[in-house]
Amino acid sequence: MSILLNKDSRIIVQGFTGSAGSFHAQKCMEYGSQIVGGVTPGRGGTTHLDRPVFNTVEEAVKKTGANVSLIFVPAPAAADSVMEAGKAGISLIICITEGIPVLDMAKAKQFLKIYAPQARLIGPNCPGVITPGESKAGIMPGYIHKQGPIGIISRSGTLTYEAVHQLTQKGLGQSTVVGIGGDPIPGSNFVDILDLFERDPKTEAIVMIGEIGGSAEEDAAAFYKAHMKKPLFIFIAGKSAPPGRRMGHAGAIVEGSSGTHASKIEALKNAGAVVIENLSEIGSTVARNFKSVVV
Amino acid sequence: MKLLEYEGKEILREVGVPLPEFGGVIDKPAQINSILKRLKKGPWVLKAQVLAGGRGKAGGVKLAKTPLEARAFAKAMVGMKMATHQTHGQTLKVEQVLVEQGVKIEKEFYFSVAIDRKIGSPVLIASSQGGMEIETLAAEHPEAIIKKPVDPVFGLLPFAARALAFELGIPAEHISSFTKVATTLVKLFISKDMSLLEVNPLVLTPKGFVALDAKIVIDDNALFRHEDFASRDDIESSPAEKEAKKHDISYVGLDGNIGCMVNGAGLAMGTMDTIALAGGSPANFLDVGGAANQERVERAFKIILKDPKVKTILVNIFGGIVRCDMIAEGILAVLKKMKLKVPLVVRLEGTNSDKGRETLDRSGTRLMTASSLWDAAQKSVQAAGGKI
Repeated sequence: MSILLNKDSRIIVQGFTGSAGSFHAQKCMEYGSQIVGGVTPGRGGTTHLDRPVFNTVEEAVKKTGANVSLIFVPAPAAADSVMEAGKAGISLIICITEGIPVLDMAKAKQFLKIYAPQARLIGPNCPGVITPGESKAGIMPGYIHKQGPIGIISRSGTLTYEAVHQLTQKGLGQSTVVGIGGDPIPGSNFVDILDLFERDPKTEAIVMIGEIGGSAEEDAAAFYKAHMKKPLFIFIAGKSAPPGRRMGHAGAIVEGSSGTHASKIEALKNAGAVVIENLSEIGSTVARNFKSVVV
Repeated sequence: MKLLEYEGKEILREVGVPLPEFGGVIDKPAQINSILKRLKKGPWVLKAQVLAGGRGKAGGVKLAKTPLEARAFAKAMVGMKMATHQTHGQTLKVEQVLVEQGVKIEKEFYFSVAIDRKIGSPVLIASSQGGMEIETLAAEHPEAIIKKPVDPVFGLLPFAARALAFELGIPAEHISSFTKVATTLVKLFISKDMSLLEVNPLVLTPKGFVALDAKIVIDDNALFRHEDFASRDDIESSPAEKEAKKHDISYVGLDGNIGCMVNGAGLAMGTMDTIALAGGSPANFLDVGGAANQERVERAFKIILKDPKVKTILVNIFGGIVRCDMIAEGILAVLKKMKLKVPLVVRLEGTNSDKGRETLDRSGTRLMTASSLWDAAQKSVQAAGGKI
């Protein structure tokens, strides 16, 4: 077990023949992921990277039995691709694309709720999902990961790699690593994924990496306190960021008194999470505390 | 992208939202004279056009009862330096002043549409106690705030607007005026890809509702389909920030003296935090993007060095798909081309990081490599002159 993604996941890539789609599809295959085909409208019937290309997701699902879609479609058309994947019956939609208009995402979420209740959306503006040793659907460097008991959820890409790397170096592998993305309206939030990790027998502790902006961390704190028993380690980026300025990610901004670093830390600390203040100490903190928890 | 009040009102005017009689926008005090000739009937309202709330308390909104007063206010306001509680200690220079005719106010309401991140859709916020800031209102009279999720496809349907009007206690004869304004504003929010549309106050006058103010933020991610906004000058960004944006580098200038170059927004924030934790102060946020190649590294260095406060530079790259030895070669090539006058600390982690560090150490170039982010932060703080 793991969450969301495993060795049996059958993945198609939307935006398959584009440069990002091609490059990362190749890397996912090298990692061992089952990339069963791709979609590029107008290129249906051809093959790319030894895999069939389809004009529509619907056709791709029919012919390949895909249940996961990995989206690299450029921002102006990405929300449309998300909706197409949902309507075609895909159950896990992972959207890597950055820069999608917020209202497009609001509409796509609404669409999925009505027309594709089976679909779970991860992202956009995220590195994707990896279950080490089984399958990788995303742009993360596969080799830094290691199979193991730690689940990771994060709003940031490279910060996730940093955390994974530190854990792996301490000999702590990961069950599944989920990048939920840095946009104001993510497909899935911390609470959704925390819930999955809590119920996953393979996950024994969770590392959550948040950042300033919004209230997803505060919501996670309330959920953790009410519904979870597994140890939770958290790092929140953006303590030194000035209010009112957007820090790269569309969602990373302190607006008025909302979304501050202090409020997130306080909520999570009160909920019983282990707060990590120094980014360099994620690996060592988890190693120190986690051993005492399991042994 | 934030719009100034008069820019926001132009958009409202286009779709027929009632506004105070427009006088003009002046950037020289003498220009008020022609406005007074045209807009003969006072009182006149003069409003400083800056991108910050709390203007009234800072002297940026004045009601002139006589032409003499209007001229005096114009003289005082154009060019005035303003600091409000929303400018975080900075002062803003008032370049432009909006002049309008005063309206007869019977009651002030609050009306806004924003993005609710939690529910993942727009949300409408309204109150019958307008005029004061929504955060103050939320703290003092949370019961007076009405929040309604807005469907991003349907917008605000007339029946829902009517229900809201009744909830706000709007007199029967003004229900249709409110419904029209409210549905129009929500439609505008959606069609123009706004992330905030705030009318505070939305006032009830004897003739119906009038938008007395307009605070509009356009979603930057949607600018590609709104050429009219995209072509405007982004007055909120500094020249360095604009330059960075042109090259797809995400940069925000800060107050400290340690320049940062990092790949990834989260890691860039994390790097700033680590510098602060080590007792230093970051000069900027900079996300160089996924492909930290030679060209982008060079651009990033140039942008960082535009800031004269920078006393040292910290490069923090996590090489995933891009290998650290390649990044090291890139950094060396840039250093050969441009002479850095400030110390440079480099921390490379991830794919081939040992090889990358070795390349840098062997090059004979004067830079410091770091074994961890914490080590890098401490070295940079020391190089920049010690703890603050």
